[in-house]
Amino acid sequence: MRGASRRRVLSNLIVGLCGLAVVLALIPLTLIFIYVIKQGFSSLNWDFFTKMPKPVGEPGGGMANAMLGTLFLIGLASVVAIPVGMIAGVYLSEYRGSRFASLVRFTADVLNGVPSIVIGIFAYGLAVLPVHRFSALAGGLALAFMMIPIITRTTEELLNLVPSTLREGALALGATRARAAFGVMVPAALPGIMTGILVALARIAGETAPLLFTSFNNRFFTTRLDQPIASLTVQVYTYAISPYDDWHRQAWAGALVLVSFVFVFSVLARIVTRRLERMHRV
Amino acid sequence: MIEPPEAVMESAEKPAVATPEILPPPDLRKDRGLPPGTPVRMETRNLDFFYGRNQALHGISLAIPEKSVTALIGPSGCGKSTYLRCLNRMNDIIPETRVEGEVLLDEMDIYGPGTDVVDLRRRVGMVFQKSNPFPKSIFENVAYGLKINGLCRRSELPEKVEKALRGSALWDEVKDRLQTSALRLSGGQQQRLCIARALAVEPEVLLMDEPASALDPSATQKIEELIYELKRDYTIVIVTHNMQQAARVSERTAFFMLGRLVEHDRTDKIFTNPGEKITEDYITGRFG
Repeated sequence: MRGASRRRVLSNLIVGLCGLAVVLALIPLTLIFIYVIKQGFSSLNWDFFTKMPKPVGEPGGGMANAMLGTLFLIGLASVVAIPVGMIAGVYLSEYRGSRFASLVRFTADVLNGVPSIVIGIFAYGLAVLPVHRFSALAGGLALAFMMIPIITRTTEELLNLVPSTLREGALALGATRARAAFGVMVPAALPGIMTGILVALARIAGETAPLLFTSFNNRFFTTRLDQPIASLTVQVYTYAISPYDDWHRQAWAGALVLVSFVFVFSVLARIVTRRLERMHRV
Repeated sequence: MIEPPEAVMESAEKPAVATPEILPPPDLRKDRGLPPGTPVRMETRNLDFFYGRNQALHGISLAIPEKSVTALIGPSGCGKSTYLRCLNRMNDIIPETRVEGEVLLDEMDIYGPGTDVVDLRRRVGMVFQKSNPFPKSIFENVAYGLKINGLCRRSELPEKVEKALRGSALWDEVKDRLQTSALRLSGGQQQRLCIARALAVEPEVLLMDEPASALDPSATQKIEELIYELKRDYTIVIVTHNMQQAARVSERTAFFMLGRLVEHDRTDKIFTNPGEKITEDYITGRFG
């Protein structure tokens, strides 16, 4: 009996520790949310979403250009990174045993771990230095470089989870390998791949470092690829280190918008995954 | 081409690699071939198969008569599935495998140069052990083979899909919900859907790798009745672990053991009066 009660105490202790760890993990997130809402909510108003920044010293104005700019940059990065990442992921899954695939897999993991400021410097050297101009294109590329390894590895892992009997079924009907991969395997793994893409989007939406010397910043909104473009993150950074109280308030509001943005993306990722899964599961 | 005389073939044969003692000596494993004049759809001659250095099949010579069911039986790992997968070159996708000997489909060697594997797999369809419907609608599953092979015009698809689903005795159960996901069907229905999918491209030969092993008895019965129907139009090769099933559905049975073909004959003969002691032992459940 004593042994049994000792085991019960130990078990309760471990379960208690697990609960404690969960609380500790949630504390920073909750504090961030509370603090950002407290600081930023009062400065959120209609102007903030619809107006361009006012000249220095003039109060008011908003971050409309930065929000649109962030969406524009994310779109640009997606156009490059989603096809490249998915196709690379298909390659890794189809040729999983090959030596070249292991090399690519390793490289993708390393690229995923490269500090974002270094990615920024790389994109700077690639797309800014040659033309001597900051551009949306350079910023989009920098973000794409960050997205590619995430999408590649997610695609690969989810394709590996699709039973290979599906591939055999397609091949047995006379499908070529490419057809089996893109017509059967990828659609079967699509819910998961979509989640991976949305997670990657949420991740890059909050990046500042890769944009600092690629897309730089812009007081106006532009859709030109070869011009600097504003983004929420860089705008928040610029405003936060400025000496003006009004800008500080706007920086908080920007941070709140950014956090909400990422939050919405994450929720969206969950919903989309569930929807797609339900379409094809019982 | 002139066939070498029998004696030359014999001497050219490689010495058997460490034949286990339970197998009868090679000269006893003689080919009780088909009655003369039986039309043959597929045939293998001295088929060897290797996974890397591992030889999985040893000189399998077997003729598969047209419009009948040939059952492949034998203990697990005896090479019957490997053999089946040689018949539509499904083993090609496994790296480091090698085939020697001939596999003839209508007298043409399917491993010969100039074979279009994609076309071969359309002519030799396959149904797998575990039903593997694509995560698409019922209609799209059946239409898949037709679409990728460009076998018919878009407007003809519904008609062909219906024909295939009728062919696999599934039509009445699914005709009102062709657009729902195939994954909502029951296990037995999914397997019949996979058969319909294979039938849609109008193959000549249908390979079935334990098509009922994951199904309950009533679903199994449906599949067996279906096989009975299908053999009027198709040449069927079925791998099964279920002796009764082999006895029920097949005309001819081939018994495999450790990568060798022990014997093949009329099914009633194999089950009532097998030529080899070891076949009898297996069928009566003394091992395996």
